[in-house]
Formats: sequence, structure tokens, C-alpha cells
Amino acid sequence: MKTASRSTSAFRRSARPLARAVSVWAILALAALASLVVAVAAGSTSIPFVDVLDALVSGESSSTAEVVRQLRLPRALAAFATGGLLAIAGALMQVLLRNPLADPYVLGVSGGAAVGALGAMTLGLGAMLVSASAFVGALASVALVFGFAQRDLAQLEAPTAADPSPRLLLTGVILASGWSAIIALLLTIAPEAKLRGMLFWLMGDLAGADNYLPALIALPLIVACAFPVSRECNVLLRGPVIAHALGVQVARLRVTLYALASLATALAVTTAGAVGFIGLVIPHALRIVIGNDQRVLLPASALAGGTLLVIADTAARTVLAPQQLPVGVLTALLGVPTFMLLLMRRSGRS
Amino acid sequence: MARANAERPASGSEPSLLAKVGTIEADALRVGIEGRTLIDRLSVRIAPGELWCLLGANGVGKTMLLHTLVGLHRPSSGIVRIDGRSLPEWSVESLSHKRAFLPQLIPSTIETSVLDLVLMGRHPFRSRWQWEDDDDRAIASDALRAVDLQRVANHDAARLSGGERQRVAIAALLAQQAPVMLLDEPVAHLDLHHQIVVLEHLRALAASGHSILLSIHDLNLARRFATNAMLINGDGSSRVGPVDDVMESNALSAAFGHGVLALDAGDRKVFVAQ
Repeated sequence: MKTASRSTSAFRRSARPLARAVSVWAILALAALASLVVAVAAGSTSIPFVDVLDALVSGESSSTAEVVRQLRLPRALAAFATGGLLAIAGALMQVLLRNPLADPYVLGVSGGAAVGALGAMTLGLGAMLVSASAFVGALASVALVFGFAQRDLAQLEAPTAADPSPRLLLTGVILASGWSAIIALLLTIAPEAKLRGMLFWLMGDLAGADNYLPALIALPLIVACAFPVSRECNVLLRGPVIAHALGVQVARLRVTLYALASLATALAVTTAGAVGFIGLVIPHALRIVIGNDQRVLLPASALAGGTLLVIADTAARTVLAPQQLPVGVLTALLGVPTFMLLLMRRSGRS
Repeated sequence: MARANAERPASGSEPSLLAKVGTIEADALRVGIEGRTLIDRLSVRIAPGELWCLLGANGVGKTMLLHTLVGLHRPSSGIVRIDGRSLPEWSVESLSHKRAFLPQLIPSTIETSVLDLVLMGRHPFRSRWQWEDDDDRAIASDALRAVDLQRVANHDAARLSGGERQRVAIAALLAQQAPVMLLDEPVAHLDLHHQIVVLEHLRALAASGHSILLSIHDLNLARRFATNAMLINGDGSSRVGPVDDVMESNALSAAFGHGVLALDAGDRKVFVAQ
């Protein structure tokens, strides 16, 4: 048990939460920048840091500059945008469902996107149409879940101690298993030659992530939309009744969270397929390290998720080069042990 | 939620928000669920300076009545008014400046410090872009002191015992500094000493002009601390008035379906179950 005086001094130390938040974000932003530089420099030919800068700043058209500008930088940015979107979507879903096991895919968005993407692949459509079809599939899934669970999002009172979120969660989970069945069907009937591409899509792969601009533009916009409601998210975690008593318009907030998380997830899976793990683990890992204040956590998730996916994708390109691994395999392989360590450290403290 | 949601002029500019006192009243209120009426023709006015206890057996609708007064549950008929304005005329935001509510069931605590949980009570008073300041922290630490938890301000709330969590929730309610306070079984999980600590604090708040209603099962604590009582019978009828008039052994025996004796213990009356 702390003595009174020690508690008071800790009290003063935590007295500037905004300053602390800014330093957390600054550190994560630096890490993000570092990961991007490494991603651009590393590869089948490693490019010295000076040449990387040179290629980015000057307009010259050496082969090095071409590799940097045309191949590695776009791919690194695609990874950053995808990872950031998935991590913030996971953090938002965990608030919306008040369930620590929630991830961006739990309500079936990735399943809908996968059905769209794999369907387009089966038909032999081009990359652009595969992306478009994935996006449409994701939105269809979002709309279906919203249609079924709309009333639950507005539900405030829980006289039976049951939270309204289980029904929303159940709707999403059921829909996701429906999508899985269609995915299995598509994999069964698809031509042999297309299977590899389909599996890479399902595991998440950045090799074909040419159309990354929507995701890259959406990432800061979604953070900017989520940040203003982040203190309301803190209050919502105490339950809808307390949130309502504290002046939060619970139904409006829930719809906002659902829309932001769904859009972020849809754009992420459209860019890189169903990259797993980031959306579940980044918010949790950050919570263990920096606490559970959504005002700090939501922007931090975007930065850390982007960074992790850039690192994982760089590894996916280089570890077994020239063989390229799907990045989803790497995120899990890197993420699982990291997360286990964090969990053990925390249980060790208690 | 729409029912308590009619937009009012921008919150903060309303002078009534700044008023330190508030009155909540029920007018011919009927409360029920799925066609079943639990409480009927309830008219009551909880004025500044009054501490009301809400009494009744399990399942007679105490929580539902509180939820109706808070705006979470729509009354079957009748009106709830705060400062003369019916609930649907208030926006959720401006209501949060006027009344606070402690629910009976609070979801398991999120991973955060005790102080941060109490600071949530300050949420209504900060704009979107403001972070809590020293005033908020002073209010929050005063609230923690009132429930005797100032020692654990920086502890992880998830490590606290059930009773301590309940006191943290009470502290968050106190930090909201609302003139009208509704509490659903605030002392149910507290030890003897802290039941008294919390009720004494609430009594002092009432004496200083707050209007308070709390549901409670301990008849002796209710009798000792409340100024008024509301006894719900479960057949729709209820008994409302000064605590000495309402808490009378025949009425209590009938309401709880169990004999209650009133004994004189020195200068205090003590209720004993038969």
C-alpha cells in the first residue's frame, strides 16, 4: 500500500496528461518514420540511407531512384496505411463492443470483403476490380450487420444486467461464419491457378497493394474523426447507463464508432487483404504500456499499427528473399511472442 | 434515447445549468414493462434539502422507477420533471449538469486508475478539446476523500475489491456535482463503516441543498439518514412522505410480506424482522 505522500507525488506527476500524450505520440511517430526509412532501404539490393534521401528529394531517374519511388516507397506507405487503419479499427471495435477480444474483423467486414475479392478473382477480373469488389463486399457486410443490430446500438437500458452488445456481436459473428462458408465454396470451385493468389489475399499480402492512396488518405481522416469523441469513448467503457447519465448521446456515439471502424477496416482489407492480428494486438499492447485513455490510445494505435505492419512487410520481403511471404503470416509470428511477453510482464507485476 | 434528447439551445449558455439546486418530481407516474404495471399514480417531489429513501421488496420496480426518473426508461404514463421542465425537453448534455445517477450494475471495471474513473464524473464540464485541469483533479480527489479512498487514487481500479469499486463509482457521481442525485442501492456492497461514511456524506450534501433519492434495503439506515421515504408495495400502490410517517411497522410488514417490529432503542427506533 502506498503511503499518502507517495500517492500525492504520483498524483502530481500524472497531472499533465496532455503533455504525456504528446510525448507518446512523438515517440511513436519517430518509430514510424524510422520503420519507413528501413523499409525503403532494405530489400534485394539494400540502398544506403543517403541514396534513399537523394532519390526522394531529387527528381533524378537512376535505377535506384526508380526502385525507391516506384516500388519500395509505395509498398511501405501501403503497409503503414493498412496497419494504421486496422489498429485504430480494432481499438474502436473494442470500445464499441466493450469486449477485449473484438478485432476489426469480428463483425464480418473482412469476410464480406473476402467474398468480394475472391469472387472477382474466380471470374478472372483485374486487380482494380478485385479491390473494388472487395470494398463493395465489405460495405455490404457492414450494412447487413447495421440493419440487424441497429436497435441494439440505440439500446441504453439493461435492467437484466445483460449488455446490448452481445446481440450486435452475435449478429456479426454469425454473418462472418456465413461469409466463411462462401469463401470455402469459392476456394473449392476456383481454378487451380488462382488459388495461390486467393490464399495470399486471405492471409493478407502487400505485394499487389498498388492502389493504396485511399487508405493513406483515410488514415489521418479517421484518426481526426475519432479523436474528438475519444473522451466519450472512455465514458462509454463504463457502460451505456453511466455514459448517458454523463451526457453522452450513446446511440449516436455507437453509430459513429461502428461507421469509423467499418470504413477503416474496409479500406484496409481492400488495400492488402485480410491481414490478421494487428487490429487485435496493437490496441492491447499499447494499453498495457500507455494506459487505457482512448484520447491517447486511438492516435497511438494508428501510429503503432502502421509501424508494425511496415516492419512486418519489410521482413516478409527480405527474410526468405527472393521468396516473398504473405505479411499476415509475419504479423502473427512477430505479434504473438511480443504480446505474450507483455502479458507475462503484466501478470508478473500484480 | 430520443425521448430525453430534444435539442435545447447550446448547453452552457442556459442559466439553469449554473443553478446549484434542482428539483425532480414525478407527476401521476405509471411505470411498467411489457404491459405489466409495477408502480401507478406515483406523485412525488424531491426538493433541495431532502434525502429520500426508496424502499420495497425485490422486483417491485425500484430500479425501473429510478431509470424512469433518469430518462432511461419511458414511463407508461405520467411525467417526470426536473426544475419544472419535463424530461423530453432536456437534452442529454444539459441533464448531465443537473442530475447524476449511480446504477446498481456497473460493468466490470476497465483497466485504468481510480483517479481516472472518478475524473469521468467531470466529463460533462469539459468541451471536446479540453483535458481535465487542476480544478477537476481537486474535485475528484475531494470526492475520493469523501468515500475514504484517497489512498488508492493512483492504483489500478481493477485491483480493488467489490465494495471499493462501488465507492469509486460513488466518488465519480460526487465529482459530477449535480444538484439532483439518484442512486440505486449505493451502500449494498459496503462494509458497516463505509455505509455510514457514504450516507453521512449524502446527508450533508442534502443539507447543503442537494436533492437526493437512493434505494436501500437496510431499514435502520434508511430511517436514520433519510428525511423522506417512498415505499413501493408492488401492487401499483406506494406510500410517500416524511420518513417517520411512511416507515411504520404495519406498512413495512405489508410491503415486504414479512413482519417488521419497531423497537425503541434509547432515542432511536430500530426495525427488527420477525
